[in-house]
Amino acid sequence: MQTSFKKKPKAPKRNPGARNLTELKHGESGIIERLDLPEEDSRRLMELGFLPGHVVTPGHSAPGGDPRVFRVDGSEVALRRETALKLILR
Amino acid sequence: MGDCHGCAAATIARPPVQSRRHIVAIVGPPNSGKSTLFNRLTGLRQKVANFPGVTVEHRMGRVKLEAGREIYVVDLPGVYSLSPRTEDERVTHDVLCGTMKELPRPDAVLLILDSTNLSRHLILAAPVLSLGLPTLVILNMADDLERRGGDIDSAELAMQLGSPVALVSAAKGSGVDKVFQFLSGTTLGAAAKPPLTELPVIQDIPKCRAWAASVGTKTNYQAPAPPLWTRRLDALFLHPIAGPAVFLLVVIAVFQTIFKGARPIMDAVQTAIQSSGLWFGSMLPDSALRSLVVDGIWSGVGSVVVFLPQILLLFLFIGILEDSGYLARAALIADRTMARFGLQGKSFIPLLSAYACAVPAIMATRTIENKRDRIATILIAPFMTCSARLPVYILIIAAFIPEKPLLGVFFGTRAAALLGLYVLGFLAAILTARLLKSTVLRTSRSSFMLEMPPYRWPTVRSLGLRLVDRSRVFLRRAGTVILAVAVVIWVLAHLPLSGGKTPPIEHSLAGMIGHTAESAIAPLGFNWKIGIGLITSLAAREVIVGTLGTIYGMEGTSQSVGLQQALRQDLTPGGAAALLVFFAFAMQCMSTIAVVRRETAGWRWPAVQFAYMTVLAYACAFLTNRVVSIWF
Repeated sequence: MQTSFKKKPKAPKRNPGARNLTELKHGESGIIERLDLPEEDSRRLMELGFLPGHVVTPGHSAPGGDPRVFRVDGSEVALRRETALKLILR
Repeated sequence: MGDCHGCAAATIARPPVQSRRHIVAIVGPPNSGKSTLFNRLTGLRQKVANFPGVTVEHRMGRVKLEAGREIYVVDLPGVYSLSPRTEDERVTHDVLCGTMKELPRPDAVLLILDSTNLSRHLILAAPVLSLGLPTLVILNMADDLERRGGDIDSAELAMQLGSPVALVSAAKGSGVDKVFQFLSGTTLGAAAKPPLTELPVIQDIPKCRAWAASVGTKTNYQAPAPPLWTRRLDALFLHPIAGPAVFLLVVIAVFQTIFKGARPIMDAVQTAIQSSGLWFGSMLPDSALRSLVVDGIWSGVGSVVVFLPQILLLFLFIGILEDSGYLARAALIADRTMARFGLQGKSFIPLLSAYACAVPAIMATRTIENKRDRIATILIAPFMTCSARLPVYILIIAAFIPEKPLLGVFFGTRAAALLGLYVLGFLAAILTARLLKSTVLRTSRSSFMLEMPPYRWPTVRSLGLRLVDRSRVFLRRAGTVILAVAVVIWVLAHLPLSGGKTPPIEHSLAGMIGHTAESAIAPLGFNWKIGIGLITSLAAREVIVGTLGTIYGMEGTSQSVGLQQALRQDLTPGGAAALLVFFAFAMQCMSTIAVVRRETAGWRWPAVQFAYMTVLAYACAFLTNRVVSIWF
């Protein structure tokens, strides 16, 4: 794991291969790499199961696709699109 | 940041006094069934209280044990961790560490975790066990775990954690006897054993989660299969087309029930209050005292009790929606629309209920966990056109707006005016929400995270307890303030006595205030008679209709042609339009003020809200009077 990568506040160049949660297709799973969110929000997400290394699967959504339910660590949690964009997959 | 190292030492120093009351705290993550267990243990022997200065509510209940002994149980807010970042977590942390002023440090802890989601819920066990208090680890929803093919070695888990473990189904009541056994032991002064596994650093969530996983492996924890029925129901309720259709049906059902369905019951209650008041009055000699009792206290209390059917129906609905798990889905569907105004999905149902009455709506904001979103919803709810505004609107519209067809026979000028007033209230609400959420109540947009609980059958027991609880809270807490204000308004409208009799309203204190205030309200196009009505309508908005009836010596109803004519002669069109706008915006309702004070635990928010709404109402009424006076 690139732990040093996490420490930088904002990486100027985004890893072109890095995908986020919104890019997962229906029924496709991904593994969380890191959370690009402020301390408080990422703590709450981690308490809900969005931890690096955990498998996430997108589920149903509200009409229009936002917010969407994600299955992670035995629970189902709905996130808005702007939150899901910040959860980077491996 | 405060962790619990400091308070662990305090436990050892605690003197072993036997005669004092014993307190046990219930701690657990949201959706773990804390409240269900609390209700199971205490039944009706419970009350709701607020800690000073915080909006977080806790419930305290007595549990009867054998041999006439009893123990107090406190239900703390649902938390995932004890790091005191949110108000909920701070309250839980402070109570468990004994730093909460109102409450001595608990003698023991009931840690309740969802056994179907144990690997994640065990994270909370680390900080709770490190407190060193005697703890019973309750694995709730054990029936669900078994049915869905999950398993755990609870004896091994007890070994690992150094605390007794009970497999319980709080909803069905199985295994609750073990909780009672533990509570009996607590009164005898049981001590905590150190856990077998070393506890992780409690501030580090990934480490806590890894620890939970290792405990899960050691205790052969088998996570249950996904809840089949929840998946099936979500395929319907979150279907792109069927989902919104079901949502709309639910919304219409809620709206119809509280708006129309509650009507006959409310009318019956009102009639019962009036006739009992008359009967009661006939027992007393004709005096000012009789007027105080009948017109002041009796109808003051009546104006509160009359909301009860609406509150009970709304909470029955919300109870079913919340306990079944649908409320989270409804919030999900409504979120996009609400987000446009800076709010979130959970604000939707309370704001919808506010069209019937702001009082139950404000009480319904409890389902919003985010404190800022909750306050914002409370602050805008009274802008929604509640049913108490209707009699006022109907009277003024009937008096001043001639009926002309606009779109066929069904939609005329009067209906358009009424619709316009509904739109006006709605616009004020969303603009205020925007204003609040971009300034004092700002939250990050990514703070919306909504856990979807599995669907469950709501139990009659839990619904019933909820209704009893809400009625008590409303009648006792809000009732005392409303009663006091009702007496004050009676005093204003009926004193000073002239020759032992109450004076005509124009010579009362309210009349004097109305006369004195005339210069202040004249720019709005209001005379002193309207001024008196503004004072009496603080009891409830529709009271102004009756007051104006009294002043003009006409029948005090919206349909009264005499009253409409009297108003037409006495009020300019500008003044009438201004009165409508004033009622659309002003917080002319003491019940709402009382309930906001209760729900926000202080006078700060109701004061801000009252000032804001009054200033807005005054300014807009002034503008309306000016603009309308140009044309008419």
